[in-house]
Amino acid sequence: MDANNPPAARNEDAATERSRASDFLVRRDRFRAAEALPWALAIAAYFAFPNQMILGGQTLIMILFALSLDLILGFAGIVTLGHAAYFGLGAYAAALLITDFGWSEPISGLACAAVLAAIGGFLSGQILLRYRGLTLLVLTLSTTIMLQQLGNLFRDLTGGYDGIPGVNIAPLFGRFDYDLYGHTFYLYCLAVLLISFYVVRRIVYSPFGQALVGIRENVARMHALGSPVHWRLVVVYTISAAFAGIAGGLFAQTNTLVTLGVFDFDQSAAVLMMLILGGAGWLYGAFVGATLYMVLQNELAKISPTFWQFGIGLLLVAVVLLVRRGALGKLAILRRYLPLGARQ
Amino acid sequence: MSENVAPRTAATPALEIRNLHKNFGALNVAADINLSLPRGARHALIGPNGAGKTTLVNLITGQIKASAGKVLLNGGEITALSQAARTRRGIARTFQVNRLFRNLTVLENVYLPISERTGACNRLWRSAGKETVVIEEALAHLQSLELMADARRPVRELPYGRQRLVEIAIALAQRPKLLLLDEPAAGVPSSENHLILDVISQLDPRITVLIIEHDMDVVFRFASRITVLVAGAVLTEGTPEDIAADERVRAVYLGEREARRG
Repeated sequence: MDANNPPAARNEDAATERSRASDFLVRRDRFRAAEALPWALAIAAYFAFPNQMILGGQTLIMILFALSLDLILGFAGIVTLGHAAYFGLGAYAAALLITDFGWSEPISGLACAAVLAAIGGFLSGQILLRYRGLTLLVLTLSTTIMLQQLGNLFRDLTGGYDGIPGVNIAPLFGRFDYDLYGHTFYLYCLAVLLISFYVVRRIVYSPFGQALVGIRENVARMHALGSPVHWRLVVVYTISAAFAGIAGGLFAQTNTLVTLGVFDFDQSAAVLMMLILGGAGWLYGAFVGATLYMVLQNELAKISPTFWQFGIGLLLVAVVLLVRRGALGKLAILRRYLPLGARQ
Repeated sequence: MSENVAPRTAATPALEIRNLHKNFGALNVAADINLSLPRGARHALIGPNGAGKTTLVNLITGQIKASAGKVLLNGGEITALSQAARTRRGIARTFQVNRLFRNLTVLENVYLPISERTGACNRLWRSAGKETVVIEEALAHLQSLELMADARRPVRELPYGRQRLVEIAIALAQRPKLLLLDEPAAGVPSSENHLILDVISQLDPRITVLIIEHDMDVVFRFASRITVLVAGAVLTEGTPEDIAADERVRAVYLGEREARRG
């Protein structure tokens, strides 16, 4: 710095230097124009494919499910093979509220699903999150199996593998009824996804979210910084379970039938595959991965009803081997337009 | 109990270790260690490889629990406290091998200890970028360690010497009362050595510092007292002059050098 400069100018220089150094962090959470793209596409799909809205609704549900997984896997580094547990809890909460309690208002049904799944996440997380890696993988897997078998034991309540039929919800806001083509449901799911996404996005860009990334990157150092690591993980696991529960609740409401199949290992595996396909830790990976998976599943099943998983498997192998951080990872150019800071 | 409520006069040591023992089964890694550091001390811990220097640091931070003995911080016993609780009382350390958030930027690396200390990390709804107080303090640390130009770069891209600076910056951002430096210059090429030395020689005099270091030039320049650790036990303690003149210390180091040659 020039010694002849007046102090005011020097202060200005220092201020510029500081803002240049911290700009990326200060602006990280700002909305970019490109972030409107997936939502615009979702609305365009509503008009472009009016006959595909049932598939569309299911896709939106899976995006929400994958998004809930991204929160713990992509940001906090919690690897799980049992995320279907919370999806299933949410589905049963939403279903039983209607069939056993006669309460069919859909939005309070979702709230109920979120609460039950969150309680499940909070309680199981207390124990599960003391472990990492392979141990955690096995524990999450077996927790979900046990939950499924508990459901089988209490068949009077859950209907076992035959399920609970007749999950019919009341019209949305008491006004909008559901059509056979799933148009209302699609918009309902889209609205729920938008709100959920906003909440997840805020959490990810909060100081709490930054601490989660710290835990993912170096848990030993976080301990040395005095961070309550276990508690942080329990909190995010509970939130993630709540969103998985909302996805499960939507699933129950749109399918009018819930069976113990919601706890299947296939469910946990599928959501993990979706997230890995799209890319974990990007927020938008869930959108890309779940859409890719659901559309491919649909198209491949048309070609070969029994062999469709081969195509998905092949794609997954290709993605894992060639694009290590998912479809979004390869599109480095997106970095400029998407708030991908947490993954840099 | 009377020790816990003793008035904290200027004479109360910042760190006191009494008859500290640690064994893993039959292996004694710390045997009857006594150490006392007055506030603002510049104390070095030296000794051959495997003497238990890092183990002693781990015992002080609470990363491992002592088998017997006491650790007191400013006169208050902390032996039973967890690592996190000790951190909150003002103990910070650096690691012999970098433990950084390698994929995060330098600014984020220093952001984390500050937001943990101030409790900002408990906020889920506010943007991390709006924690102006945290960011300003992080920038001040980067400024004083001359890391400002690298603030936006991921740590993994920095040369090793500058990564070691980040390691120190994180510990300083914890605002420690007691700072434990575990070989701060280890692995740093001699061309970048002065970066580390400048920083540690300009540390706030109110911070009590315990440094582990192999480079005797660093030790003699920095420390006013030295403890020599051999096989988990204190061999001797004294001023740099005492240690330099001590035959036993020379034998330990000479012996090691000859063993290496052999």
